[in-house]
Amino acid sequence: MNVPDAMFALSLSTKVTVGTAALGGIAGAIGALAVLRGRSLLGDMLSHAALPGVVLAFLLTGSRSLAVLSVGALASGLAAVGLMTLVIRWTRTKEDAAIGVMLSTFFGLGVVLLSKATRSTASGNSAGLTSFLFGEPGNMLTSDLALIGAVGIASAATLALLFKEFKLVAFDPDFALSQGWPATRLDLAMMTLVAAVTIAGLPIVGVVLMAAMIILPAATARMWTHRLHTLLLLAGALGVVAGGVGPRLGHGVPAGPAIVLTAATLFVLSLLFAPEQGMIARLVHEQRLRRRVAQDHLLRSLYELAEPRLAETPMIPFAALAANRGWRPARLRRLLSANQEQGLLAYRGDAVTLTPLGIRAAAEATRRHRLWELYMMRVAGAAADHVDRSADDVEHLLPPAVLLELEAELAAETAAEAAAAPTVPPSPHRMGGDAP
Amino acid sequence: MTGCSPALAVGWPTWLVSDAAAIIATGAVTAAACAVLGSFLVLRRMSMMGDAISHAVLPGIAAAFLITQSYSVGPLLVGAIVAGLATAALTQSLHHYARVPADASMGVVFTSLFALGVVLITQVKGVHFDKQCVFEGALELTPLYVVTIAGVELPRALVVGGVVLAMNLLIVALLWKELKLSSFDPALSETMGFSAGLLHYLLMALTAITAVASFEAVGSILVVAMLIVPAATAHLLVDRLGPMVFLSAALGAVCSGLGYALAAWFDVNIAGMMAVVAGGLYGLAVLLSPQYGILSAVVRNARLALAVVRDDLLGVLYRLEELGTEHRLAAAEACAAVGGGLLARRGLAGLLRAGQVTQTTGRLELTPAGRDAARQLVRAHRLWENYLVQHLGLPLDHVHAPADRVEHYIDATMKESLEQKLDDARTDPHGREIPN
Repeated sequence: MNVPDAMFALSLSTKVTVGTAALGGIAGAIGALAVLRGRSLLGDMLSHAALPGVVLAFLLTGSRSLAVLSVGALASGLAAVGLMTLVIRWTRTKEDAAIGVMLSTFFGLGVVLLSKATRSTASGNSAGLTSFLFGEPGNMLTSDLALIGAVGIASAATLALLFKEFKLVAFDPDFALSQGWPATRLDLAMMTLVAAVTIAGLPIVGVVLMAAMIILPAATARMWTHRLHTLLLLAGALGVVAGGVGPRLGHGVPAGPAIVLTAATLFVLSLLFAPEQGMIARLVHEQRLRRRVAQDHLLRSLYELAEPRLAETPMIPFAALAANRGWRPARLRRLLSANQEQGLLAYRGDAVTLTPLGIRAAAEATRRHRLWELYMMRVAGAAADHVDRSADDVEHLLPPAVLLELEAELAAETAAEAAAAPTVPPSPHRMGGDAP
Repeated sequence: MTGCSPALAVGWPTWLVSDAAAIIATGAVTAAACAVLGSFLVLRRMSMMGDAISHAVLPGIAAAFLITQSYSVGPLLVGAIVAGLATAALTQSLHHYARVPADASMGVVFTSLFALGVVLITQVKGVHFDKQCVFEGALELTPLYVVTIAGVELPRALVVGGVVLAMNLLIVALLWKELKLSSFDPALSETMGFSAGLLHYLLMALTAITAVASFEAVGSILVVAMLIVPAATAHLLVDRLGPMVFLSAALGAVCSGLGYALAAWFDVNIAGMMAVVAGGLYGLAVLLSPQYGILSAVVRNARLALAVVRDDLLGVLYRLEELGTEHRLAAAEACAAVGGGLLARRGLAGLLRAGQVTQTTGRLELTPAGRDAARQLVRAHRLWENYLVQHLGLPLDHVHAPADRVEHYIDATMKESLEQKLDDARTDPHGREIPN
């Protein structure tokens, strides 16, 4: 292997950092494809299935060089992938069980061969084999770096060449198949990439943690973006960060787990703080929606209670309002004061009245509700006493464009002026008695 | 995780028969305990949960060590169960609330927890964490650790395995119909008032207990193998849940005995060999299962193809007779007319043997029996064509091909009911007579 001399000159800690960072980058990008394709646990299977190949390669050649062992690992990893595909295609065994069967059988075979190697050769001669599996970044050699570099270049080239194909297969394999694409072959190509990356990383982070390097950056990046090329780049970048920073963090913490825990920390941070899919953003969004729904319901109740003599802006008794939707008094009081702050209503003592601003907002909420009710009755043929509840669920989510459309449709359907004019149509059902 | 020195294991093949029996019995009992749960994991498509939990209990065990500073079994089991349940709960909530794909969320959780466990273990002073030992277990050493129960010396691992097996069997028997229902139809189970979620976590807890209890004796590789492989094998062989559970347990026990024998013969690791045997039995089931095996599918398909080609040959000869010519086909011509090849020649040979066709001076002639069979076939074909035209309104040039496919499956009762449905059951849509 023609490695630049400069690489020999690197200090060990630099080698480790460069190596793990590069590995993290490739594993992140390739892993993103596997995760999208629903094959997240493929890395786990491949890293276990590599063992018999590693030991066989050693037993056959007597060599412990990284190249020989890696070729063996790749061969047995691909054999496991092939058998798994065959079993899923031909039998009733499902994907999860097929992965599990291949993983444990191949690993068991590896353990058997390893014990054979240990017992039949001079003691210590097979020691390098187990470190191939359990990972030892401290022992990073120039040949490890060269292997990672080669795999990185090869997989980047493959990704660049087959980007469009991988995209389609990852998102919609059935569509790809129906369009006459060689979906199975592309799938195999993708799994081969995953296998190559997994095996390049095995001697560095070990079996279980290599599976993590495939999944974690991809799952993290998925929180931030919906676009494939951004996803691949971001997952790669996250992998580089985890691989580059991880080994330098802990005192006395082994490098492999440190890398994975760094990646896991990035995942948890993204899970919490990502702008759109993060838990906090989603909670805030949900809270906002809930508040808007409560406000719509309050305003509509007020409007409907005031409706008989709307022009006089009547005072609505608190008790009547609470009974209208079955609010608990404490909750209703909180709701009222929140809306009073927005200037939508005036709430004094035991009575509530809508402000002019509030009347307009209430009319808008009521109009949305009744338009949907009318639409359900006339177009979907629902009965008058069935539409109130369904409108209750939908009214808050109707955008203005849909409202216009509803109006147009209702106008075309019945030529009802009430629906066509931007006023509140009368309720299509009896008021009061049927409200909960 | 204690006492895993390979030096002790070197001499085992010459051990006494009772030691072999102890190892086999321990392996069998442990395998059966795993396999009983495995059936449910495989059916729920959660096979990899066994793999995930058996890795993710590590931080629980390590934390129990760190907190109690002792090796006693109680805290260790509690730690493992907590970690196992946390794995299940975290996987579930990541999938539900953060919309991470199910397999990716499992991968994220168990690899991160495993990394955390490795870090925690390195903080435990005086404990050497032998990763290889966790993977492979120390089944060889089983007879060395004994407990005395009612005056009988028994291997400790055998007693532990027996207790776990009894617990699993008892709980599965008590909750049989609930587990069955929630495995096949979680939604129905939920509506009938059995919480599928509760059963899920119960199953996860049992898996965690079983995994931890089995680790020391058989290692994680055999636990994962026995959780998945025997159940996947049984799933290929039987359709009913009860037989599947018992067959999995029995297969687990068989793997133990056979694995031990082979391991002794080849002088290799026992647990690994048991996993290989399990995989081998699965492979046999994939090939030979009477109902779902690849071989039986091939045989079924070949038989069907042969029956179809024989029907086609009869059809060709009958239609030629129908034309009223004196011309008769040679064997090669007839074979070519139905697609040729080995299949056609075998089909023709079958017809000659069955006495439905005779060959005189190189020309083929239908016998009276053959003519009857052919008439029934052509009748089915033309009735179906007629039906397609009259009832489905297909154009004339579209009915031959579907009738050609369906004609082989139309039996006497169906012919009768077709006849009753048709206005004119005497001629086919092309104007040819429908034979009687």
